[in-house]
Amino acid sequence: MRAKPIENLGFQTLMVIEHFGRIAQFGVRIVACLVTRPYRFRRLMADVFDAGVLSLPVVCLSGAVVGGTLSLLGYTTLVRFGAEEALGTLVGLSVIRELGPVLTALLVTGRAGSAIAAEIATMVTTEQLDGLRMMSIDPIDFVVSPKALALLLVMPLLVGLFIVFSLMGGYGVAVGLLGVDGGSFTSSLKGAVEFWDDVVGSFSKAITFGGLTGLIATYRGYISEPTAAGVSAATTSTVVIASVSILVFDFFLNGFWGV
Amino acid sequence: MSKPTAQEFRIAFDGVDLRRGERCIFDGLSCGFPRGRISVVLGASGAGKSTLIRMIGGLQKPDSGSIRLAGQDITAFSERELFKIRDRIGMLFQGGALLDSMTVAENVALPLCEHTRLSDADIQAEVNRRLVAVGLAETGHLYPRELSGGMSRRAALARAIVMDPEILLVDEPFSGLDPINVRRIEMLLVDLNQHLDLTLIVTSHHMASSLRMADRLIFMVDGIAIAGSPADLLKSEDERIVEFLNAESDRFAERHELDVTPLLRRRGDA
Amino acid sequence: MQRSPVRDLIVGLFVLLGLASIGYLSIEVGGLYYSGPSGFKLIATFDEVGDLKPRAAVVIAGVKVGQVVSIELDEILRARCELDIDPGLGLDVETSAAIMTVGLLGEKFVALEPGGLDQMLKSGDEIGRTVSALSIEKLVGKIVNDTGLEED
Repeated sequence: MRAKPIENLGFQTLMVIEHFGRIAQFGVRIVACLVTRPYRFRRLMADVFDAGVLSLPVVCLSGAVVGGTLSLLGYTTLVRFGAEEALGTLVGLSVIRELGPVLTALLVTGRAGSAIAAEIATMVTTEQLDGLRMMSIDPIDFVVSPKALALLLVMPLLVGLFIVFSLMGGYGVAVGLLGVDGGSFTSSLKGAVEFWDDVVGSFSKAITFGGLTGLIATYRGYISEPTAAGVSAATTSTVVIASVSILVFDFFLNGFWGV
Repeated sequence: MSKPTAQEFRIAFDGVDLRRGERCIFDGLSCGFPRGRISVVLGASGAGKSTLIRMIGGLQKPDSGSIRLAGQDITAFSERELFKIRDRIGMLFQGGALLDSMTVAENVALPLCEHTRLSDADIQAEVNRRLVAVGLAETGHLYPRELSGGMSRRAALARAIVMDPEILLVDEPFSGLDPINVRRIEMLLVDLNQHLDLTLIVTSHHMASSLRMADRLIFMVDGIAIAGSPADLLKSEDERIVEFLNAESDRFAERHELDVTPLLRRRGDA
Repeated sequence: MQRSPVRDLIVGLFVLLGLASIGYLSIEVGGLYYSGPSGFKLIATFDEVGDLKPRAAVVIAGVKVGQVVSIELDEILRARCELDIDPGLGLDVETSAAIMTVGLLGEKFVALEPGGLDQMLKSGDEIGRTVSALSIEKLVGKIVNDTGLEED
C-alpha cells in the first residue's frame, strides 16, 4: 500500500470523509438518546462534576493570568499614545470575543475531553460496553450521551468564569500594579462591550466548542481499539483533533459573526 | 435449514464464515449447543473461542452463515431486536466487565433497575441473594477495582444471572485464577446448570475442569468445530485433538523436542 | 447510581456560579437591558449613512435614548433609517438628526437635536432635517480643494 502514494492519499481522504459521516450519525444517536427516556440525570450529575467542577481551578487560574498578561502587554503599547484608559476595552474585547471561549475550550479539551475519551476507551478495552450491550443497555444512552451533554453544558459556564476571572486579573494588574484609574478601566470596558455582538457571540462560540469537544471525545473513545495502545491513541487524537477543530470553527464563526 | 439436529439444539451455527483481513477465523463453522447442558468450547489461543461466544450474544456478526437461537436467525437481527433476546442471555466476560464507576451491588442491581419495575427494597434483597449465592455477601459496597480477580469474576457471575437467563455464556472463566478459585467457579457453574436448568456455553483451555464439567466438548481447530461428548473426543483419532489433549502429559515433550540449550547458555559463555 | 448529596450540592453551586458569571457579563459588562421595541418610531432619511449599522445608538445631548432598528433604501435611493426611541421624550417637529462619529474614526451614531416648537412628533413621523454622515475621504478631498494644494 505504501508503494502507491497517490492511491494511499485517496484512501486516506475517503477515510476522513467516512469519519465525518460516522461522527454525524453518532451525534444523531446521542441526541436521540438524550431526548428519549430514560433520562440519565444521575449520570449527568457525575459527568458534570468530572468535566466542570474539576476543571474549575485550571480555568479560573488561567483566566486570571491571561487577563493580567493582557493588561501588562497592552499597557506598554497604549501608554505611548497616552491611552491607558483604553486598557479595559483591550482586555474586555480580546477576552470576551476570542480568548475566553477559545482558551477555555482548549483547556477543557485537554483536561476533561481527554479524560472522557480515555474512560470510554478503557470501557471498550475491558469489555464494559459489551457488558452493557449484553444487559440490553445501549452504551450510547448509558455512558456516551451524558458525557457529551455534560461537556456541552459545562463549556459556557466555564467560559463565563474564565472571562470574569480574566477581567478581574486584568483589573488587578492595571489598577494595582500599573496605576491605571479603576473607574476609567471599568467604564472603557463597559463602553466597548456590546451585549448582542460580543457577549452573545462569545457564548455561542462556547456552546459550539462544548458540543464539538463532547462529540469528538466520546466518538474517539467509542471507536478505539480494545488495547492499551488504543486507549492512549484515543486520548492523544482527541486532544489533537478537538483542538484543531476548535481553532478552525473559531475562524469560521468569526467570519460568520462579522468582526 | 433442514438439518435434523436444528430442533434439539438450543443454539446452532450453520456454515459460519468470518475473516479478519487475510486471516480466516471461521471457515464454514457448523455446530450446536444442546439445551440445559454444559458445552465447553476448547481450542488454542486465537482459535476464535471468544469470537464464537460473542457471536451467540450478537456482539459480532459473521460474514456469512446463520446462527439460530431458539429457531430464529440472529445474524439478521438489528440492535433493537438483539436487545429483546438478550434478556434471556447472560454473559460472563473474561475480565468481568463490571462498570468500574459503580459499586459491586450497583453493578448487580443494574439490569434489575433498567428492565424491571421492582421497588428499591426488592432490588436490594435480590442483589443480596445473588451476592450470597456467589459467596460475596460482604462486598456489595466495594468498587470493582478493590476486588481480586476471582472475586470480580464471581461478582460478574452474580450480575450475569440476576435476570434469570435461559442461556449463560461464559468466556474463559478460569484464566488467571488459582486452583481454589478455579474449582469454586467450576462448582458454581455446575450448580447453576443443575438447579436452574441453564444452558451453559463455556470457553476454556483449562483441560481438567473442562473434562469434569462438560456434557459436550467443542474443539475449535482451523476455523471449524469438532464436537462430541468428552468420552468420544478422548477416544478420537484426530491428530489435532490428540495433540491438544496430550499437551499436559509427558508424551507431548517427547514429540516436540525443542532445543532449549541456546537459551540456557549465559551471555559471554563460549 | 448511588445518590451522593455532597457531589450534587457542589455541582449545583458550580452551575449557579457559572450562570452568575454569564449574567454579570450580559447585564453589567454587556449592558443588556430590555431592548424590545418601545413602540415610538421615527423615520430619518439621509443622503449618506456611511457605515452606520442597525442597533447603533441614538443620542440626545450625548445621552443614549434609543437605537437604529433598520436601514434601507427608499424609492428615490436615499437611506431610510427607522429609529426606536424612548417614548417619553416629547420631541418637536423641528427636531433634526445627524450622523456623527465617536472620535475621529470610531463608530457611527445618530444624534438628535430638538427644536423649539410646540407641535410634537408622533410615532411613525419623519424627521424633517437630517445631516448625512461625514466621510473622511470627502473631507480630505475638500480640504485639498479648498487650500489649492492641487497641481494646476
